[in-house]
Amino acid sequence: MPVDEALAQNSTYAYVAAVTVYVLSMFFYLAEQAFGRRAAAQPAKELVAASGGAIDSGAVDTTADTTEEPPDEAGVRGDRPLTERLGRMAVALTVLGAGIHVVSIALRGLATHRWPLGNMYEFMSFVCLIAVVAWLVMLRRFPIRRLGAFVLIPVFILMFLGGTVLYTQAEPVQPALQSYWLIIHVTVVSSASGVLLVPGVASVLYLVRGAYDRDPKRFARFAPRLPSTVTLDRLAYRTTIFGFPLFTFGVICGAIWAESAWGRFWGWDPKETTAFVAWVVYAAYLHSRATAGWRGNRAAMINILGFAVMIFNLFFVNLVTTGLHSYAGVG
Amino acid sequence: MTTVDEPKVTETPPPGRPGPVRATVAFLRNTWRGLTAMRTALVLLFLLALAAMPGALLPQRALNEPKVEQYIATHGWWGQLLDRLQFYTVYSSVWFASIYVLLFVSLVGCLLPRSLEYVRQAIAKPVLIPRNLARLPHHARTEVDGDPAAVLAAVRGRLRGWRQAQRTEDGRALTLSTERGFVRETGNLVFHFALLGLIVAFALGKIFSYSGQVIVLANGSEFCNSGVVDYDSFTPGLRVDGTHLDPFCVKVNDFTAGYQSTGEAVHYESHIQYQSGADLTTNTWRPYDLAVNSPLRTAGDRVYLLGHGYAPQFTVTFPNGQVRTGLIQWKPDDMTTLLSEGATKFDPPDVTDPAQLTKRQLAISGLFAPTALFQNGLITSTFPALTAPAVSLDVYKGNLGEDNGTGQSIFDIDQSMVADGRLKLVAKANLRPGESTKLADGTTIRFDTVEQWVSLQVAHDPTQDYVLLFAVLMLLGLITSLTVKRRRVWVRVSSANPDGDGDGAGRTVVEIGGLARTDQAGYGEEFTRLSARLLDAARGVAPQVGKDA
Ligand code: HEM
Repeated sequence: MPVDEALAQNSTYAYVAAVTVYVLSMFFYLAEQAFGRRAAAQPAKELVAASGGAIDSGAVDTTADTTEEPPDEAGVRGDRPLTERLGRMAVALTVLGAGIHVVSIALRGLATHRWPLGNMYEFMSFVCLIAVVAWLVMLRRFPIRRLGAFVLIPVFILMFLGGTVLYTQAEPVQPALQSYWLIIHVTVVSSASGVLLVPGVASVLYLVRGAYDRDPKRFARFAPRLPSTVTLDRLAYRTTIFGFPLFTFGVICGAIWAESAWGRFWGWDPKETTAFVAWVVYAAYLHSRATAGWRGNRAAMINILGFAVMIFNLFFVNLVTTGLHSYAGVG
Repeated sequence: MTTVDEPKVTETPPPGRPGPVRATVAFLRNTWRGLTAMRTALVLLFLLALAAMPGALLPQRALNEPKVEQYIATHGWWGQLLDRLQFYTVYSSVWFASIYVLLFVSLVGCLLPRSLEYVRQAIAKPVLIPRNLARLPHHARTEVDGDPAAVLAAVRGRLRGWRQAQRTEDGRALTLSTERGFVRETGNLVFHFALLGLIVAFALGKIFSYSGQVIVLANGSEFCNSGVVDYDSFTPGLRVDGTHLDPFCVKVNDFTAGYQSTGEAVHYESHIQYQSGADLTTNTWRPYDLAVNSPLRTAGDRVYLLGHGYAPQFTVTFPNGQVRTGLIQWKPDDMTTLLSEGATKFDPPDVTDPAQLTKRQLAISGLFAPTALFQNGLITSTFPALTAPAVSLDVYKGNLGEDNGTGQSIFDIDQSMVADGRLKLVAKANLRPGESTKLADGTTIRFDTVEQWVSLQVAHDPTQDYVLLFAVLMLLGLITSLTVKRRRVWVRVSSANPDGDGDGAGRTVVEIGGLARTDQAGYGEEFTRLSARLLDAARGVAPQVGKDA
């Protein structure tokens, strides 16, 4: 069936609109940060726990409650209606952006009469949508509104690259790509990549905040506005334990698809290899959180490494190497 | 998991000089302990990730041999060094296997003690209540009417699904120890054991699997899986010699492809028939629609439709009136236009004298275009479907060099024979189906028609279903182990005034304490809700979720 050019065009407009709204939203988050005072001094107990770096420390953990984060606005509620309003507007804009983003992806699918995950531009768009949604979901559970801008920055970069360098015209896909296992596989793996962006960002900020906690002269300007290391660590962990099984499931679906499309379920194709490496790194992350001496900073670094490998897989392997997976429609 | 720190390797020096046996035992024990420590597992995981990476960055022999050769050639000593260090065969290299095996040993060493611990914990009753519940991070207390036994029974009713142990303390208070979420440990063990199973099944698969590729004309031609010689290429597993393949046959009746306007294929389909097992003796054929993503599964093997191409058919009429027909696949050079090249070779009929034969062999080599466009006499193809087929031929006569023992490509003539002058170019022609050309010696060559061929892949992997099973178990174990939370709750009920009269007569004190063994975050609220429900039960009022205790 031919591509519906009008719908495809509208999809592209929606994409641009979504990026624009995200950028706008990002500025609101930054404004909230800039106008807001630094977060109230953390209770002393928490700082101790935080610099110790570990909460899941094993057998009997009596510090459990003391490590819970005070609500975001604690101690600063009365005197910052403006920043509070800015923050709420930022979140509203993010939700709006995500809505437009969904429309963009849906229109692309309608225009091409297929599942809209057929080339790198489309993957990138979907990964970013999921990242934004994952962040919004976590926002309901954790006091992390201050992180909004830091999540939207990588989203913006990825969407910008997706919309320029990687942009691909709407078109149907080759026979090997028409299978429902593929649809499940690609959807799940891109969702997992999107979800795992959040812990990646949280872990980077963990390192920043941790460095500041050890030496207040470092990152003195913006680290104090970040949530505590405890919150960041927990955010990273909670999101990872959702993203990691999702990724595992995605890889299994990929293997099932490969078995029916290529004659083997696993062939150490560059894409498969890199997915394996990412999987092992995330397994190492979960292990590190249960190993004395590896919690805190090291765990955060491993998590960042895991996300770096995921991104590497998305870009490098599709663009540079030639394996069975290099169908992504670029180059 | 709770306590996961590595065992301490504390050596108490044996009295006197250790004997060699003792020293060896100590060494083995330390190695084992070191190897099965959590930290070692972590390091090994990293090494595995690191070791796997070159396989994605460097060309691999198993995937693309020519590319490896080219890489070595362009990278000089460095390329050769990498070759010697097995960097082009990462996944069968000694170093990759070592890490894999060490991790495997580490995993086994870690799982054995943990399984024992698991069984011990599964049998054990929930642990004794702490002396002072008020010192726990979470606790609640109230006084209610009713006697302790009845109150505790009411509380227990609200703790269904928790493992419980009721005890009497100092003959006065009744205590209840409960815990929940032990299935988390189950999930963790299932995950790691399934991982073990997956590794074993995967390795066995590498040993007993095989795969092969073969090209079959889509005009009712047959292929039978009876031996390696039937294949164009064959990749055996480590213990496969190609003699005991699972017998089955396929007959390829046709092939159709659908293309986009750009020439990209959107759809492949081939109607085949197959027979296996008893059908082979009764010669029964069963139909199957072979398509991309829908392989034929029979006799423990799978047959895939990988690709397709064209086979031009030529009829040669020799000067003495004898006729020969040649039909063989040509090889696509360009996947989007299917411009193909090939060589169709003929022996002259009725010639038995080798000396004569090697003077008069014929080869038709050239290019085939399914949708031909001639520009300045050069053929190109503009579309992969058969809309305007044509061939551009070079006809060679002389010695094809088939007996010089080197084996030659079916897609090309032996260019060295041309260079030697033993094979001469005798004619050139551009033909459409039905057209013919005449050579100087009176031979005519007619381009009759075009057939399609399909390339099939046969794959055999006896353990792949087990790999899938273990992968699914891993996933389930993982989800369980990551989502289930382990909780402990203790309840102590005692008479408010054990001596009977005075204020507290008939009143009972209920104390509740809670501890999160994993995922402490958020446990505060969870405990508040739970203790409210328990205290409500103790008061004998209907539970109201969210109401303060
Ligand atoms: C082949 C290598 C291994 C892989 C890929 C692997 C993977 C994982 C994963 C993904 C988890 C988190 C999920 C869960 O809690 O079930 C985990 C947890 C765990 N693994 Fe492994 N594992 C491996 C080897 C080992 C070894 C050798 C040990 C023992 C030394 C071990 C001990 C543990 C423990 C104690 C946990 C629980 C940690 C927690 O509760 O967060 N694992 N493993």
